[in-house]
Amino acid sequence: MKSIRDGFGEALVELGERNPDVVVLTADLAESTRVKEFAEKFPDRFFQVGVAEQGLVTIAAGMAEAGKTPFITSYAVFSPGRTWEQIKVTASLNDVPVKIVGAHAGFGASMYGATHESLEDIALMRVIPNMVVVSPCDFTEAKKATLAIAKNGKPTYLRLARQESPIITKPEDKFEIGKASILYQVKNPQVVIIGTGPILSEALEAARQLEEGGLGAVVINLHTIKPIDEQMITHYAKIAGAIVTVEEHQIMGGMGSAVAEVLSKNFPVPMEFIGVKDSFGESAKDYNNLWKKFGLKKEDVVEAAKKVILRKNS
Amino acid sequence: MIRPSPSELQKISRQVRKDIIGMIYKAGSGHPGGSLSSVEIMVGLYFGIMEDADRFFLSNGHVCPALYAVMAEKGIISKEKLSTYTEVGSPLQGHPERTKLKGIENTSGPLGLGLAQAAGYAVFAKDSYVYCETSDAEHDEGNHWEAVMFAAKYKINNLIQIVDRNRIQIEGTTEEIMPIGSLSEKYKAFDWDVAEIDGHNFDEMFMAIESIKKSGDKPNVIIANTTFGKGVSFMEANPDWHARAPTEEEYKKAMEELE
Repeated sequence: MKSIRDGFGEALVELGERNPDVVVLTADLAESTRVKEFAEKFPDRFFQVGVAEQGLVTIAAGMAEAGKTPFITSYAVFSPGRTWEQIKVTASLNDVPVKIVGAHAGFGASMYGATHESLEDIALMRVIPNMVVVSPCDFTEAKKATLAIAKNGKPTYLRLARQESPIITKPEDKFEIGKASILYQVKNPQVVIIGTGPILSEALEAARQLEEGGLGAVVINLHTIKPIDEQMITHYAKIAGAIVTVEEHQIMGGMGSAVAEVLSKNFPVPMEFIGVKDSFGESAKDYNNLWKKFGLKKEDVVEAAKKVILRKNS
Repeated sequence: MIRPSPSELQKISRQVRKDIIGMIYKAGSGHPGGSLSSVEIMVGLYFGIMEDADRFFLSNGHVCPALYAVMAEKGIISKEKLSTYTEVGSPLQGHPERTKLKGIENTSGPLGLGLAQAAGYAVFAKDSYVYCETSDAEHDEGNHWEAVMFAAKYKINNLIQIVDRNRIQIEGTTEEIMPIGSLSEKYKAFDWDVAEIDGHNFDEMFMAIESIKKSGDKPNVIIANTTFGKGVSFMEANPDWHARAPTEEEYKKAMEELE
C-alpha cells in the first residue's frame, strides 16, 4: 500500500534533477500535495502563491509562455474546480504546457465532507479542447505518469488520490499517454471492466470473483481519459460485447461517459456505469465507507457485470 | 531607443484612432471606448519604450483594435490585415489569441488574467522588461489582486503595469459600479512602486517609466489617467460606447473629427 500522491512527489524530485525547466507552484498545499521535497531541493524553481488558485493557474501560464513547464498543485476541488476558466483561456487556448495537478480527487478527503470531495473534475477537464487528462491508478503508475506528462508539451490535468492504495501495476509495465493497458486478462471474456484511478483495485477483485463464478472479465486501466484509446475500447467491446465502467467520479460527463461516446459511434454494446449518481458526497472517517455508501465497491461491480451480461444475452 | 518626435507620435496616434474606428465600423462590433483611451499607452510603449527583448501583455483584451492598429503601424502585421478583424479565419480575433497572431503574448479578454501571466513571464525574463496594460474596471477581479500580491512577494521589478484609468465600465462609471478609489494608494499599500500620469501625454509617460525602472526591487505600476473614447467627442466619457459599433453617420462624423 502506497499513495498515488507520494508517487507524484517522488517523480517530481526526479524531474527537478533532470529538467531545469520544470517549476512548481502551489496554493498553500505543499505538504499535502507532496511538493515539499521539490521545494526544499529546488527553492529557485518553487513558488508559493498563497491560497490563490486563480493566481496559481494564471501565473503558471505566464511562466509557461516564458518556456517553463509548471506543475501547479492544489486540491482538485479548488483547481480545476475553481479555476476552470483560467485553465481554459490561459493554459489550453494559449496552448502552453501547464500541468494542473488536482490532489485529493474522488472521496480521498472524505473527513472534510462534500465541499472537499472532487467528483466532477474529469468532466470539467475533458471538455476543454487541447487538454490531456491523466488519472493514474497506483503509486507506481503515478510516477510514470508524472514523468510522461512533463514531456508531452501540452496543457495536462493529472488527477491524484490522497489515500494509500494497493499497487496493481508493475515497474516494468509500459506507460504511454493515450494508450490504455490491460490489468486482468482472460480467455473468452463475457464482459470488459474499464476503470480509472485507484478504484481499479475494486474492479480487479470483482474480475477475480466473476471468474470464480464462471464469468470471464477483462479489466482495462484507462489511465488516460483524453486522448482516449478508442482502438482498445472498441476492440474489447467487439470481443466481449458488454462493458462496465468504474470511476470515483460523477457518472455524468466522466470517464464512463467518454467510453460511451466512443462505443456509441464505433460499436454500441450494453453498458453499466459504476460511479456517483448525480449526488454530493458527505463526511466519513474513511473514504471506504463512502465507496460502500455510493455503490463503488467490488460487490457493486460484480452486480453490474452480471446485469450487463444478462442484457447482452437477452 | 531613438524616439519619434512628439508630433510624429501624435500623427501615429491619430492614424491608430482612425484604424480603430474603421475596424469596428466594418466589423459591426468592438469596443471603441477603451480602445481609444489606451492609444497613447500602446503607441508610447511600441514606439518609444520597448526594446526587442521586452514584451507587452494586454490584459484587457477587448481593446485589441488598438493593439492591432499599433502593430500595423509598427510593421508587425500588414495594414491590410486590419480589415479582417473578426472575420472567420482571421488572425485578428475579436479578443486576441496568442496562437493565432504572432506578436500576441497572451490570449486575453476574460478580465483579471493578464497581470498574473505577465508576472509569471517576468520571473523568467529578468534581462528584459515586461509591460502589461490593464483596465481600471478589471481591478474588480480577485484574480488580479492575487497577481498583485505575488509580484510584490517575489519582487518582480522588471514588471511594469500600466493601468488605463478611463473610469468607465460596461454599465456605468467605475465609481458607480464598484468604487475603486485611489489606485495609487492601494498599490502603495500592496508594496508596489507607483507613478500617476496623464495617459495621453507622451512626455509624462516616458519620464515616469524611465524613472520607475530605476526605482528598486518592487514591481511597478503607472496609473494612466485617460479619457474613455478619447478623440471622438460623442464617445468621450460615455459608457454607451463600451461595446458598440458606430452607425454610418456616426462613423463619418468620428472620422471627420480624427482628421
